[in-house]
This record gives sequence, structure tokens and C-alpha cells, in this order.
Amino acid sequence: MKLRNVFATRWGIIGVGLVIGILAALLQKWGNPGNMGICVACFERDIAGALGLHRAGVVQYIRLEIIGFVLGSLIAAYLFKEFRPRLGSAPIVRFVLGAFAMIGALVFLGCPWRAALRLAGGDGNAILGILGLISGIWIGTLFLKNGYNLGRAQTTHTAAGWMMPLMMLGLLALLIIFPQIEGQGKNGVLFYSLKGPGAMHAPLLISLGAGLAVGFLAQRSRFCTMGAIRDFVLFRQTHLLSGVIALIVAAFITNLTLGQFHPGFEGQPVAHTMHIWNFAGMALAGLAFALAGGCPGRQLFLSGEGDGDAAVFVLGMIVGAGFAHNFGLASSPAGVGPYGIPAVIIGMVVCLFIGFTMRKRSTQ
Amino acid sequence: MTTKIDARGLSCPQPVLMTLDGIQAGSSGEIEVLVDTETAKENVSRAAASQGWEVVDVAEDGDGYRITIRKG
Repeated sequence: MKLRNVFATRWGIIGVGLVIGILAALLQKWGNPGNMGICVACFERDIAGALGLHRAGVVQYIRLEIIGFVLGSLIAAYLFKEFRPRLGSAPIVRFVLGAFAMIGALVFLGCPWRAALRLAGGDGNAILGILGLISGIWIGTLFLKNGYNLGRAQTTHTAAGWMMPLMMLGLLALLIIFPQIEGQGKNGVLFYSLKGPGAMHAPLLISLGAGLAVGFLAQRSRFCTMGAIRDFVLFRQTHLLSGVIALIVAAFITNLTLGQFHPGFEGQPVAHTMHIWNFAGMALAGLAFALAGGCPGRQLFLSGEGDGDAAVFVLGMIVGAGFAHNFGLASSPAGVGPYGIPAVIIGMVVCLFIGFTMRKRSTQ
Repeated sequence: MTTKIDARGLSCPQPVLMTLDGIQAGSSGEIEVLVDTETAKENVSRAAASQGWEVVDVAEDGDGYRITIRKG
């Protein structure tokens, strides 16, 4: 703290947004799926598939970017003495919020990060998703203004703060022990996609390196896509928002340069054109992220710096991805899944229930 | 008299909301905010500055920080 954190300044967060935007577009160039250089929800869903928590054959892969996000944040937190093991702020509620955030995101087909990248790639459907996201976060701010609060976390054992980083190291170990074999859908305990987005990925070390870099920078700058919108709605603060706008601008310019910018609504990669459900899916995700205090990326970075409640949210998202594909809730390029619409409605009801019932009074 | 706000253990954006509530209550010209993460420290300082308040002191306090802000 004697040393000023440059990443937490206005230019710091803008710089981080620019780096993430460029890296994301490059990751797509290097092999990740279209407009999916980085997508926290999609990549956690792919991890759920690789572990067999769902059996959607086209989305199974241990995404090293996610592992990198957590470990990069862990490294930054230790280097700058910010690793603070803590937990106990309504973990079960955070799990439920994580699960429904994932379900909402998979109805839209992307988290806020991918919504930004889809926009930067010319996908007009992202506009509906982003409007939904803003609406969901706006509802969340109404709850916050009325005293919504999940209560205090407590300091805990260092080892407890290490749980999510250790799980990520475990996933890395599995990937090394059971690597992808050309033409095979399974090696040992891990499932792999032979086609579809799960079969598209940048080289391992590049994915891991990019993930580590983003995790490190995002921990330092507190980059958060949900917080960007929330802080603007709640306080008219544009600090985090300037980072997200920088990300979109950088990804847009990089996409243009690389020939990855294709404007339109139809035929966009891993996207559908059901406007209402693009909007509603992201509204659900936005509300869940707002109630949990962070976008899916931020939850990974927080779990890297020892926040056990954020780690529980991440596990909720991974389990939610299992439900989303096993129950036919997730969308596909053909449109929403058979049970996607009722799932969004149930998710909204659950989030509203959480928002209305968990006020300051009940925690004191 | 100094108003005291304990935002330790609370996640984003609670420490900022509590600080802004304290500023709007306007009962005193000085507020002490206790937080336990770097992020909360930065956010509270930024929010205070945006309201025209001055961060006069940031001291380590146990596992966290005690931020003193004063009406500018």
C-alpha cells in the first residue's frame, strides 16, 4: 500500500481492458471458437462437460484459460500480499445464484465477457443480451438500495482459501495425465469433443499463458463486467465501465485487423436469434451476478485471492452447466432448449425471492 | 464527533453503499470506515473522493484498514 496500485487507477483499468480485448480476439485467431476468445460461462460449461457432469458431446474440454484466471489471480494476490482466506457469507445462496447465472448465460449463449466479445465481433444479437444484462443488474441495484445483503464473511484457514486454486491445479493435472488424443472422445476420466466449440481451442500453453496474464491483471485492477454496469447505475461511477469499454474497443479493432468482424444477426458463431430469450437469459444472469457481487470472471479472480464464497459461486456455475445441458435448458444455434424458457422464469423467481428476503435486518 | 462504519467482511458494493449512506446522513464531518480488503479500501476512497470528501488517513487496523474521510 506504500506502493500505489497503478492498475486501480483510471488508466490502469483502461489498460487492462485493452489487453484483455486484444488477447481475447487473438485467442479466437489461435483456435478458440468464434467470438469466444474468452467466455467464462462457456468455458466452465466445457469443463463440466470434460468431467462428464453433462454429456453434451460438442462442449467438452478442460479450458486452461479458467485455470489461468484463478492461478494468475492467486500469484498476484500473493505477490502483493492480498491473499485473504475468507468465507461464510451465505455460501448456499451463492451456489444457487451461480447455478442460475449459468443457466441464464447458456440461454443467451455467453457470459457478460462473451456478450462484449460478440458485440465486438459484429454479432447484433449481443445487443439484446447486453440490454438484458443491464436490466438484470438494474433490478439487482434496486435490491441493493433496499438493504439486500448476504452478510459478513469471516477470516478462515489459509488452506480453505486454497481450495479453488487446488481444484484448478487438479484439473491441470488431469489434463496432463489424460491429454487429448486425436480422434478420440475420451482419455481416462476426461471427455473431449470431436466437433463443435469444444473441439476448438488455442494451443495449451497459449491458453494457459493468456489465462494467467488476465488473472493477474484482473486481480490487480478488480476488473468486473457486472460491477462496471452496477457502479454506473448505482453511483454514476465510470471507473470499471471504462475498462469494459476499452475491452470492447480493443477487441473490435483487433477483430477488424484480423478479418474477424462480421456484422449481422443471422448465422453468427454459437448464437441464436431469439431476441426475447437472448434478453431474458442475460437479464437472469445479470441479476444473479449482481446479487452475488461479481461477474463470473470476478468470481474466479476472487476465489484466487482466497474468497471461499466466490469459489462456491464458481462451483454453482459448473453444476448449473451440468443441469443446463442434462435438462435441455441451454440454447444452441437453432434456438432455446426445450426447457430453457421455464428455467429462465424459475431462475427469475428464485433470484427475486433471494433479493426480497435477504435484507440487512435479517442478518443482524 | 466521528461516525464509525464497520464494513469488514462485506463484499462489493456494500462498503461503498455504507460509506455513501454515512456521507448522506451528514451528521458529522468525519467518518471512519473499517474494511478488510484492498478492493474495499480503494472503492471506499474513490467513492468518498467522488462526493467531494477527502481521505485524510488510511491506517492498518488488525487484518484490514481504518479509512478516515472528512468533508472537503
